[in-house]
Amino acid sequence: MFHKFGVIVSVSWIVGLLAVLPSGCSKAPEGAAFNDPFEAQNRAVHAANLEIDTLLVRPSSRVYSGIPKPVQQGVTNFSDNFEAPGMMVNALLQGDVENLVAHTFRFVINSTIGLGGVLDAADGIGIHADDKDFGQTLQVWGIKEGTYLVLPFYGPSTERDAAGLVVDFVLNPLGFFIPSPYKKLGTITKLASKIGDRGRYSNTVDSLLYGSADGYAQARQIYLENRRFELGETTPGDTFDPYEDPYAQ
Amino acid sequence: MRNDFSFLSLPILSRRSLLAGFGGLALTLGFARPSQALDVDSAKVLIGKLVADINGIINSGASEQSMYASFEQVFITYADVPIIAQSALGVAARSASGGQMQAFTAAFQGYISRKYGSRFREFIGGSIEVVDARKVKSFYEVISTAYLKGQSPFEVRWQVSDKSGRDLFFNMIIEGVNMVATERTEIGALLDQRGGDLNQLIVDLKGLG
Repeated sequence: MFHKFGVIVSVSWIVGLLAVLPSGCSKAPEGAAFNDPFEAQNRAVHAANLEIDTLLVRPSSRVYSGIPKPVQQGVTNFSDNFEAPGMMVNALLQGDVENLVAHTFRFVINSTIGLGGVLDAADGIGIHADDKDFGQTLQVWGIKEGTYLVLPFYGPSTERDAAGLVVDFVLNPLGFFIPSPYKKLGTITKLASKIGDRGRYSNTVDSLLYGSADGYAQARQIYLENRRFELGETTPGDTFDPYEDPYAQ
Repeated sequence: MRNDFSFLSLPILSRRSLLAGFGGLALTLGFARPSQALDVDSAKVLIGKLVADINGIINSGASEQSMYASFEQVFITYADVPIIAQSALGVAARSASGGQMQAFTAAFQGYISRKYGSRFREFIGGSIEVVDARKVKSFYEVISTAYLKGQSPFEVRWQVSDKSGRDLFFNMIIEGVNMVATERTEIGALLDQRGGDLNQLIVDLKGLG
């Protein structure tokens, strides 16, 4: 009963989003690098996130970096494996058969031979798959990026990606099949894995967030460019020829 | 069959080796390569040399400090620093004097080498491989893949042009993140912080990166 209810909730979410998003998303000016009408609010959230990073995330990542690397890798692998069924659903919704098959094989192999996902055994035999999320599914379905958004705790996002994030929370079918104490393991290992990433790229992240003249503008630009690249969209500046017009982009 | 084939290919082979011999002769005598327009292949060769230099540095086992110095050297050798500096400065470059542009370019070169040199720390022990090249408008884009330890391979694009008179790269795009666009935002913010005072920015840039 409860499981069915969960599925219905997620389906109605998707339907609701489809109804709301195309009209709800603000249109970006043609050729603009970003669309940020909520900049004032976004800057406030960015500042609050920086506080959280300074007080909590960065110090935790330093402690976490002290844990033996193979243990850290095991945590990341477990988290990735936990997410795999959600990625399978997204691959299916995107009509991406190749990644659907790859994620399915990876999940079966890693959950068994990989000792419940701790080892990435599939990677060892050369089965790779692209990350799939619902923000990407929305893009495949033709929904526009919308405005830039900074989410509390989470950081840079867009209207489309924020909607995708909410759906991904309920989309993972694993959530419906496994007993609830184990569900927490997925969340905890994901958080730990993110903290691990913060530590691993501390040089780059620190110089970007704390060393830039305008860390907010840097984070916005890098997030949008990288996300568009991931989604196969183009950023206007990428074919810019400075020899033709050195001053403007 | 085999004989027929070698018979047919013999003149071609000899002509090739003849050309190679001449090329070698020209090189040893110090003749410059006849000036040729940049194309997909020569852009690929240029970036191939660049990544070979980078791979040499990140696997040299040298101290990080000496690696940063080597990166600056690579940057000066293969990049069109004046055009990168000018694009990073953006609209403000239009009203700058020749002297200011020269001073800014020099300060920018040190800044960018320090900044990206220290980020190459993550590249130590890894390698970069040239995969493909294509023509974009009036320039060429060379696509490479970076393989770093404990990380999924990622894409680095190098944009190459001969408009400066030499074959040099003028932008680098890592997984969609555009270096010149990023620096334009950063230099713009630094300039705003100084109320648009370019001379002050030139002085301060020497301590940044």
